[in-house]
Amino acid sequence: MKLVVVTAGLTQPSSTRLLADRLAQAAGERLGGAAETTVVELRDLAVDIANNFVTGFPNTRLRQAIDAVTGADGLIAVTPVFTASYSGLFKSFFDVLDPQALAGKPVLIGATGGTPRHSLVLEHAMRPLFAYLRAVVTPTAVYAASEDWGGGGDAFTDGLSDRIARAASELADLMGRRTPHAAPPGNGNGKRAGGAEAEDVVPFEEYLASIRPPS
Amino acid sequence: MQFGIFSVGDVTMDPTTGRTPTEGERIKAIMRIALKAEEVGLDVFATGEHHNPPFVPSSPTTMLGYIAARTERLVLSTATTLITTNDPVKIAEDYAMLQHLADGRVDLMMGRGNTGPVYPWFGQDIRQGIPLAVENYALLHQLWREDVVDWEGRFRTPLQGFTSTPRPLDGVPPFVWHGSIRTPEIAEQAAYYGDGFFANNIFWPKEHFIRLISLYRQRYAHYGHGTPEQAIVGLGGQVFMRKNSQDAIREFRPYFDNAPVYGHGPSLEDFMAETPLTVGSPQQVIDRTLRFREYFGDYQRQLFLMDHAGLPLKTVLEQLDILGEEVVPVLRREFAIGRPAGVPDAPTHASLVAAREAENVKEVNA
Repeated sequence: MKLVVVTAGLTQPSSTRLLADRLAQAAGERLGGAAETTVVELRDLAVDIANNFVTGFPNTRLRQAIDAVTGADGLIAVTPVFTASYSGLFKSFFDVLDPQALAGKPVLIGATGGTPRHSLVLEHAMRPLFAYLRAVVTPTAVYAASEDWGGGGDAFTDGLSDRIARAASELADLMGRRTPHAAPPGNGNGKRAGGAEAEDVVPFEEYLASIRPPS
Repeated sequence: MQFGIFSVGDVTMDPTTGRTPTEGERIKAIMRIALKAEEVGLDVFATGEHHNPPFVPSSPTTMLGYIAARTERLVLSTATTLITTNDPVKIAEDYAMLQHLADGRVDLMMGRGNTGPVYPWFGQDIRQGIPLAVENYALLHQLWREDVVDWEGRFRTPLQGFTSTPRPLDGVPPFVWHGSIRTPEIAEQAAYYGDGFFANNIFWPKEHFIRLISLYRQRYAHYGHGTPEQAIVGLGGQVFMRKNSQDAIREFRPYFDNAPVYGHGPSLEDFMAETPLTVGSPQQVIDRTLRFREYFGDYQRQLFLMDHAGLPLKTVLEQLDILGEEVVPVLRREFAIGRPAGVPDAPTHASLVAAREAENVKEVNA
């Protein structure tokens, strides 16, 4: 099974990447070594993503990342919190994906920040974004504030390791239940770039009949 | 094989001088460029159709009629005619008239248009883009082939006992290409009618168009018009040439960097690697263009985009000299080598008349 990790951390090393790796490792273990993990570092694609906006098409390097995400059986998406939301780079990557690319795909969302006060970004920004894309988001989303890397949980919340374990189990469970490679159908207005296979095409007579007014 | 140019008709500031031509200057420049296309031995001139600034060609048959009167051989075409927002009745009338005035040197390329507000400006709904393209073209097809038409559809007033005049020249409608950048339904439409399919491949990587063109070829055969290899394919191209490739790159770079379509984005070098844009020596253009047939199969029409992004008229005319004198003669020779006998040329009025007469003889003998 293909597990793809999209991480929008900007520093090297970044705590966003650290969280992404922890999540990927935990999910990988729960998939019993059946997962083939690919990491997409958006920092490396920042200029390519901007160029996609300008030219209207992804270059070869960005296309490989888009194809990996589109073809994944499960996705882990992690962003740093910027200005009360996901980072602009993180959003921009999902803006250049086909709107159908994540439909039905299990997704584990994560975010990092300097303070736990931003943790609801996961629920108020990240989850609606993936709901719009019709992804299946795990009930547990994982937020890591700086202090989480040192402390345990408290009376109300599990520690980071426990939350990672719970979210990873949920993702592995969703991936295990999913029909492999259930490609989303085309949306009929040709937005699926390049999805031009003969079997996808409605025969022209049928199409003509479908738009004919009732007589 | 046909070679020609297509013009978007943008009025763009020359970034090296800061000067923007007037609409009048640009319109006259486009006419001069079209006449030059014939002078240097090209086969086709195609104009875009737009209904918003900074573009001028809102009235293609007026422009093409002017060119028709001043040329002898050049085939006049469009890139593209908006089949979604134009009334198909008016398209039928306008292009049949042009066909008579130009003695048959007319074909046209259908497209949906990519400017959202044009749909409401012409009373249409962009969400109906594909159904509009399909229904309107079906009507246009009928108007050119049946003298008296009764018709009812979803998007236009019904017609009872309507005759589109003038009737097509010699009873043979202009050949139609369908242009598309990403829509399989349009490839299917072109295949269904046995029309041409033009892939404007200049802004996208080739892999995308390989899939689209191969779909069109398969479906063309499926509908019994011939083998996949006999389907009628046209391609775009975009070039800038000087004797030395470094001179070409130095001169074109400011136009590329500021171009409305892709400026302020990727570098010229990256864009050349990802798309068919070729800036360099005539030989580099020849080598790059000859490779198209390896990707897309033997094809019928190659159009180059030469006048855009604020390039001055003088420069465009020099480019056409190079294209006509140094590039196209070599391309004609090289593309002819190894071209299978069954691969047809692009249909012309003469070939369509001949095909119809052959068909009539067959019917008489049967």
